[in-house]
Amino acid sequence: MKHRRLRALIRKEFLQILRDPSAIAIAFVMPAFLLFLFGYGVSLDARHVPVAVVVEQPDRDTEAFAAGLAQSPYFEPQRFTDMTAASAALQQRQVEGILWLRQDFSRHLLRGETAPFSIIVNGVDANSARLLEGYLQGVWQNWLQQRARSSGVPFVVPAVSTERIWFNPALRSRNYLVPGLIAVIMTLIGALLTAMVVAREWERGTMEALMATPVTLTEILLGKLLPYFLMGMGGMALTVALALTLFAVPLVGSLWTLSLSSALFLLVALGMGLLISTLARNQFVAGQLAVIVTFLPAFMLSGFIFDIGSMPAPVQLVTHVVAARYFVSILQTVFLAGDLWPVLLVNSAALAFMATIFLGLTWRLSRKRLD
Amino acid sequence: MLARIYALVIKEFLALLKDRATRVVLVGPPIIQLIVFGYAATFDLNHVPYVVYDEDGGGAARQLLAHFEGSPTFRIVGRVSREEQIAPLLDNQSALVALHIGPHFSRDLLLHRPASVQVLIDGRNSNTAALALNHVSAILAAFNLQWMKEHGWRAPPAQPELRAWYNPNLVSRWFIVPGIVALLTLVVTLLVTGLSVAREREMGTLDQLLVTPLRPLEILIGKALPGFLIGGLEAAVITLAVILWFRVPFKGSVAALALGVMLFLLAVIGIGLLISTLAATQQQGLLGVFLFLVPAVILSGFSTPVSNMPEAVQWLTRVNPMRYFLVIVRGVFLEGADMTTLWPQYWPLALLGAASLSAATWRFRKRL
Amino acid sequence: MAEAALALESCTKRFRRDGAPVHALDQVSATVRAGRITGLLGPDGAGKTTLMRLAGALLLPDSGRVTVLGLDTRSEGMAIQERIGYMPQRFGLYEELTVQENLDLYAALQGLSPAEKKTRQQELLALTALGPFGNRRAGQLSGGMKQKLGLACALLRSPSLLLLDEPTVGVDPISRRELWHIIQSRRNAGVSVLISTAYLDEAERCEDILLLHEGRLLVQDTQASLQSTLSGRCYRVRREGTPRRRLRTELAARNGVLDATIQADGVRVLSDGGAPPALPAEQWDAVPPRFEDAFVNLLHGRAASLQRPEPPPPPRHDLTPAQDDLPVIEVRDLWRRFGSFEAVKGISFQVRAGQVFGLLGANGAGKTTTFNMLCGLLSPSAGTLRVAGQNLGHAAAAARARIGYVSQKFALYGNLSVLQNLDFFASVYGLGRQERARRRDWALAHFSLAPYARVNGQDLPLGFKQRLALACALLHQPLILFLDEPTSGVDPLARREFWSQINGLAESGVTILVTTHFMEEAEYCDELVLMSQGEILAQGSPQAIRSQAATRDLPNPTMEDAFITLVQAHEAGLRRAS
Repeated sequence: MKHRRLRALIRKEFLQILRDPSAIAIAFVMPAFLLFLFGYGVSLDARHVPVAVVVEQPDRDTEAFAAGLAQSPYFEPQRFTDMTAASAALQQRQVEGILWLRQDFSRHLLRGETAPFSIIVNGVDANSARLLEGYLQGVWQNWLQQRARSSGVPFVVPAVSTERIWFNPALRSRNYLVPGLIAVIMTLIGALLTAMVVAREWERGTMEALMATPVTLTEILLGKLLPYFLMGMGGMALTVALALTLFAVPLVGSLWTLSLSSALFLLVALGMGLLISTLARNQFVAGQLAVIVTFLPAFMLSGFIFDIGSMPAPVQLVTHVVAARYFVSILQTVFLAGDLWPVLLVNSAALAFMATIFLGLTWRLSRKRLD
Repeated sequence: MLARIYALVIKEFLALLKDRATRVVLVGPPIIQLIVFGYAATFDLNHVPYVVYDEDGGGAARQLLAHFEGSPTFRIVGRVSREEQIAPLLDNQSALVALHIGPHFSRDLLLHRPASVQVLIDGRNSNTAALALNHVSAILAAFNLQWMKEHGWRAPPAQPELRAWYNPNLVSRWFIVPGIVALLTLVVTLLVTGLSVAREREMGTLDQLLVTPLRPLEILIGKALPGFLIGGLEAAVITLAVILWFRVPFKGSVAALALGVMLFLLAVIGIGLLISTLAATQQQGLLGVFLFLVPAVILSGFSTPVSNMPEAVQWLTRVNPMRYFLVIVRGVFLEGADMTTLWPQYWPLALLGAASLSAATWRFRKRL
Repeated sequence: MAEAALALESCTKRFRRDGAPVHALDQVSATVRAGRITGLLGPDGAGKTTLMRLAGALLLPDSGRVTVLGLDTRSEGMAIQERIGYMPQRFGLYEELTVQENLDLYAALQGLSPAEKKTRQQELLALTALGPFGNRRAGQLSGGMKQKLGLACALLRSPSLLLLDEPTVGVDPISRRELWHIIQSRRNAGVSVLISTAYLDEAERCEDILLLHEGRLLVQDTQASLQSTLSGRCYRVRREGTPRRRLRTELAARNGVLDATIQADGVRVLSDGGAPPALPAEQWDAVPPRFEDAFVNLLHGRAASLQRPEPPPPPRHDLTPAQDDLPVIEVRDLWRRFGSFEAVKGISFQVRAGQVFGLLGANGAGKTTTFNMLCGLLSPSAGTLRVAGQNLGHAAAAARARIGYVSQKFALYGNLSVLQNLDFFASVYGLGRQERARRRDWALAHFSLAPYARVNGQDLPLGFKQRLALACALLHQPLILFLDEPTSGVDPLARREFWSQINGLAESGVTILVTTHFMEEAEYCDELVLMSQGEILAQGSPQAIRSQAATRDLPNPTMEDAFITLVQAHEAGLRRAS
């Protein structure tokens, strides 16, 4: 390997990047665009959920109950006096759920009996419905305690849970979605960068000219890997900066563990791109392949949004070959929990293994030949 | 004129179906996505790993823990005997939840005093954490009810009955799987139409068509019809798979769904043709399809609700045909919605279709 | 025999295409002698590029052995690549990089020391006259300049063997001459050169010839011995009162004639070696053989050829043909701008009914832009144009039923079969069911497409693609036929057949407008315009244009000579004016 040749190749690559905006677009514009889109578009935190409150016979008790709803930032209560109108509102999707206090509510309370009331949710979106159920039960529990205090009738519940939520106490979904997104986006970007630029050299015939010179295969591969590694790190830095500033995700771990694991992950993503481009020498096909084999699996099977532990066993097995899975785990940990070495080491080892496989395969498969 | 359009449509079908890559695109992604979304994409929690740190060891504690062991949502991964042992398990994600029962749990309960259980949870994935907490509360509530009854405690002043309409067991698959009908119809139709004009432009056959007596409108209709037929067929097949394979109940009328599919297809075809007339090459066409497809899926309510998005983004979703069609599909499947209830979804789709189709026609004429 | 710069010993190379192995090269044994220029010839798909890549150690043979400069490509590829210069088909330039940066890159890759680099680059910039363009990006160079830069990059480290793969495709005649000048100078400096080309006139400049056909080596010989076998078999034939085209058709059909082409003011004939089959009124003059004759002689009977074409049916009666004296196509002061670039600068010409009218020029001369405006595919920025009395861009769709169109890339539906393509275009032109079947059968028979009826368009050999494209354009018996570069990439034999089809059509009254960058094809036209940089340099019959360029040194210029002379005169005129 000659340093002068490698230097010349890297210099060439940078000149191309500077003058052909497509690589810059892929490395910087696309991740920012996707992060914006997903960061704002994907949120599991319900706010201002329209909820119907049906109070058939308003009095002090029912008002106290309903007030709990109005104070919560989760709800936007709408008052109804009978269930027919509220059901219609639920059917027409004007409200997501109904809290129904029947007319005998206060009578039961006065008699010291258990007053039944109903929480009805639109179950179509099961996840949101379940969260809504949880929020509404929270309102009920607050009311119980408040009533016990104000009425002087102590009400004791046997087992009470005190909850301590680690790493993300406010359960802000953005805090885990955004780090996960970075992993998904960088999988796509890393693979696209190398897949497209190598395919471009084949298409334009410059690869043929390169190969007819005394360059070695290692030089060609390194000449591609190094510049795009730097570009990828740049894109990575940009997305991390956006995550920290725009989406206000805390970074508990250290910057250098983040950089180190990102570097490792980029090697996997770039290696995947290089492998794709040695298999498909046409930009069109390489681009499509890169999107299909990186984006969808990273989105669906990385645990970024859907819990891997809840998937059927065969699907869980498949997730082990998705590089983003390990990086999602690393990022969520470094961002929210800190440098937890057991997590970082296991996942980094998996990434290192995958990087070796991809780069090794690329090196094995691409000989300095045209066939 | 009909004969010419017929010839165009036949040609388009032959060109599409004789091409191996296109056949793969029409068959491959639907199958993969049906499997992936059907099985992997679920918000329902199963086998949540938890550890127990039981300092009490008494009968009440055992009764509480039995409730957890009986739940399919949770899976015990270990018991610890010292508090310091909890942190590493949560840290390295071998457990999501830790239940810490204090030393006086059973004694307090027998003395009619409230006893507390500490629930430690890994909040890194906030959605999973929130759902797991809900499940913990539900199990605690069940335990409490039983304990109160058995030990003569005074009943709570009010007790909710929970009901979920349309999806009583809150299976999230019922929500996601009908959405696939919309997703795949969108992807396939966009790919069929979005690249079609660009492909002919690249091969040079577009010029060949333009010098024949064909009118630009005829060419566009010839491009739109195959997309319409293929998209419609795809929608029908996936709907059947969703009903027969995934056993999602179908409560509404076929006519209401069919009308929705048609309007949706028109809007998507319009957008696809618009992309296609703007793109000079297939590569640009693919990029355009990608640039439309990703936001269209993300901002449609397919995986996360539109109502959770910021105001400005919600406003943006109004030009997304997928958003309306998703409501139609889910409404027809789960709620049994009919045409009158769905009217607010139909007319924006029709409007989008009319606008995008006329824009495509205008662009196509102008390009000449 | 001198030492071989390159030796192939029974090399076979196969590729898989759609699962089936295709022989790119089949048992080829050949040598390239050191210090000479060897031309590698053959029609498209003959295996030229594969052979070039084998020589560059970019491919290894499946069997057999390739030795370059005494080194085996199998084991010493790297050592070989340090001693050769290789220029691939598309020049191998980085379009985003400037001329200087491309040279720097390849200098570093070839391991030149900084001092060597400087002197070599200066020499090469002087040789290629690219010095003033050092800071221009390669992507913004003209085809000819790209080609010279590609060559300079391959020559940086004074290679012992220079491999050039079709370096002159799509390059204008002037640049071609300059390139050959550089190649000659390298040869004189002792470099061995192997150059593949599809232009037969370029083969004449090579000392040795390798001729490939369908993956096999047909001939390896010296230029001189190839041509000597043909001496006394080439003639120029003239007959007073008979148009050249008719005479050519007649001669081509005559026994004892292998080949007849229109050349200058007569018909060039290659006889089969027997006594010249001359008729009394004809004047047969012996002429020296050219390489093209040798090529035709060698390939004759190997390529699938057409039956002697019967004249195609005349245009449909219901479409009233224009009167003979009125122009069918009329262009006046036509302009077309793309942004600030002026592709067509105020040209005017007329085409009369039944004429074969040629638009000639190098790539980028504005031919295709003009052509597209005539077909109504592009609207003019200014000026008027009429085709059969109408502007096709605005005219009713029905008016387009009068024209037929064959595009540059033989635009067919690649994954539709021949039959499906024919059926589709017949329906689009509104032919009824019976008419459709009749015309389809005619096309299959007339163009000998029947054996390929169920083959997909993209799998046809190029010559048959061209036939199918022409067949599709003739299904509705058009009045006017537009042909855009109808012969590019097609081998010389297929080109000959194509032109006899065109001549037959013209005889039957169809007006034909054709663009081409093959200067010799100009001879087939009744009238032509010569374009350069959006302007018309000359206009008239081929003879008239040639005589315009005649000088004392060159009393009988070829069309290419005429083109170069006229372009240079034009450019000199521009320089004086500015």
